[in-house]
Amino acid sequence: MRAALVIAFKDLRQRLRDRSLLIFGILAPLGLTLILNSVLGGTDGSFMPKLAVFDEDQSEVSRTFVEDVLGQLVTEGYVEVTPAASAEDAENLAEKGDVSAAVIVPAGFGQAVNSGQPAEVRVVGNPDSPIGRDIARSIVDDYVREVNGVRLAVALVAGSGGEASDPAGLAQKAVQMPSPVTLNLAESEDRQLDTKTYVAAGMAVFFLFFTVRAGVMSLLEERRQGTLARLLAAPISSTTIVVGKSLASFGFGLLSMAALVIASTVLLDAHWGDPIGVAALSIAAVIAAMGITSLVASVAKTEEQAVGISSTVAVVLGTLGGSFFPVSQGPAFLAKISLISPHGWLLRGFGDLAGGGGVGDVVGAVLAVLAFGVVTGGIAVLMLRSRGIAR
Amino acid sequence: MLGNGIILECRDLRKTYGDRVAVNGVSFSIRRGETYGLLGPNGAGKTTTISMICGLLERDGGTVVVDGKPMSPSAVDAKAVIGYVPQDLAIYPDLSARENLRFFGQLYGLSGKTLSARVDEVLEVIGLADRANDRADSFSGGMKRRLNIGIGMLHSPRLLVLDEPTVGVDPQSRNAILDTVDTLGGQGIAVLYTTQYMEEAERLCDRVGIIDEGRLKAEGTRRELVALVGQRDRIALSAQGDLEATARAVSALDGVEQVNRHEGGLDLFVKDARRMLPQLLSTVANAGASVSAVEVVEPNLEAVFLHLTGKALRD
Ligand SMILES: Nc1ncnc2c1ncn2[C@@H]1O[C@H](COP(=O)(O)OP(=O)(O)OP(=O)(O)O)[C@@H](O)[C@H]1O
Ligand SMILES: [Mg+2]
Repeated sequence: MRAALVIAFKDLRQRLRDRSLLIFGILAPLGLTLILNSVLGGTDGSFMPKLAVFDEDQSEVSRTFVEDVLGQLVTEGYVEVTPAASAEDAENLAEKGDVSAAVIVPAGFGQAVNSGQPAEVRVVGNPDSPIGRDIARSIVDDYVREVNGVRLAVALVAGSGGEASDPAGLAQKAVQMPSPVTLNLAESEDRQLDTKTYVAAGMAVFFLFFTVRAGVMSLLEERRQGTLARLLAAPISSTTIVVGKSLASFGFGLLSMAALVIASTVLLDAHWGDPIGVAALSIAAVIAAMGITSLVASVAKTEEQAVGISSTVAVVLGTLGGSFFPVSQGPAFLAKISLISPHGWLLRGFGDLAGGGGVGDVVGAVLAVLAFGVVTGGIAVLMLRSRGIAR
Repeated sequence: MLGNGIILECRDLRKTYGDRVAVNGVSFSIRRGETYGLLGPNGAGKTTTISMICGLLERDGGTVVVDGKPMSPSAVDAKAVIGYVPQDLAIYPDLSARENLRFFGQLYGLSGKTLSARVDEVLEVIGLADRANDRADSFSGGMKRRLNIGIGMLHSPRLLVLDEPTVGVDPQSRNAILDTVDTLGGQGIAVLYTTQYMEEAERLCDRVGIIDEGRLKAEGTRRELVALVGQRDRIALSAQGDLEATARAVSALDGVEQVNRHEGGLDLFVKDARRMLPQLLSTVANAGASVSAVEVVEPNLEAVFLHLTGKALRD
């Protein structure tokens, strides 16, 4: 074990020195995340979603929302609002893609809110404009939360009249009170990460294959350099050599994932969600990248070939899996196809976490991704066993 | 095995690549403190033999015992006894000399002060103390070679195996390397040294095995090997013309024992070169060849090789 660590640290030193870890592990994915993010309009405001709004309710409460809340945003230049003639009209506009989303306040909304009954605002998203839809959703979301806050405060005040001496019971009442306004989203699939997090996750996973490759390929490099003969002549087993190399690759991968999660959170305000879930998916991702790259390395005849094939594999899997565009927003068959790639599972998992899910929600994704790694890595190890690591 | 002072014993080593037999029944042994040379031309099977001895290569047949421990690719104990210096450079170009040494030292179980002290000692011995912290890829060819050797001797092995350590090295580095090996041999380390250079084998080795086409043709001290050639001198004739006819004519002369023809002339083994020379030269002239140079060589390992295989060590 000590020898394996000695080998792993030697590799780490080499990868830090040739900067491959820094470039593929951190700079490239982070740089591309920043660029893609601004192209997709996430941060610089060049993208302005159009909303079709229909207020069927025409109550005090609904007017407050349309005129004050939306009106304010229009004034500040965050959104454009098109009044719709009817609920159907609004939905049609969204479906045709004329607007990013339709926001419909149904009849009875104000009354329901005032009487503490459940009420809902409908948001119908345009499938081609996930960002616009997300923005519409978050606006409505904020409003709903605000109204709920008002309702809760009212309830507390009302309750305190008779039962001021029982604060504990009062608090319990407040908690038990049904949430009076809910957000009704018309989208079927709700796995989408917010754009920043999606882009960051896509890039992190895509470049992970290149980061890990530097570790896996170092065995081939040692062979070319002649140092493998020395390792084989040393009083350590060949398993130790492979374990040392694997530890190094695993370390590079985790280091890179951790750096990207932290950097995108700090620099871009990305929201990755449950840290334990993120860690579990990241570990699975590293193992999958190691397995697939090892398999490529053991099939390839030369080092150059191994580099070429593994790049192609990384690009194909990354594209299919949605590293470059959100496949789950595309046609259904694309979303299905994405699951033949570990990237597809990973992005789905990260989406679930960012959407508020916990570890329990990503167990399937973690297992699927691990399966990719274990199967491909297992084949690679068997091939290595039968041929020996010397050639 | 331990009692008789034998550190390496190989018996009937065999290795075949496809249908090419690289090593074909090689047996020899090395005692503690002995320097043993394997002398042979390109492709003789030196590296293949050494790879089997060091446990890098699976054998097709035969046994290797190092310090009483059977060697195999998984024999960790036996490997710990050997210091291995591969024929091709085996150093990390992106690590410094010191980092290279430390890394391999750790793999051989050295650590802490022992490791640091050994690294400093070796850096001194290989003359790289002042370049210790420079990356190996900034070194000259000779310096890389010396580092390559330094790594092999770092853990003070009981058997140091060097595979043609002077190939492609400038005369100055070559001398330094030979001195180092000589010194180590004097310190009681057993050395297995392969080379194509007769002078190196003569200078360093207590005993020499002559290897060609995967077989050990003869083995012994320099004196024993030279005796195989007998009390004969060697005459190297550089000549042009009808060499085939010349060789036939010369062979017929009384006192000529062996004639080897090669592109640039003839190699002869004769009883008494000085007395034979006038008669020899006139025979050559009569046979229609013109002589451009004559060299009379006292018996040496080169002559032994020629005698045993009918060809020169190097072209
Ligand atoms: N990996 C291999 N695959 C096929 N043939 C090989 C391999 N390694 C060596 N050989 C063959 O085995 C024979 C012996 O080679 P070896 O390298 O042992 O010779 P050597 O004495 O070390 O030569 P040199 O002085 O050139 O280093 C040669 O004919 C060589 O072509
Ligand atoms: Mg060789």
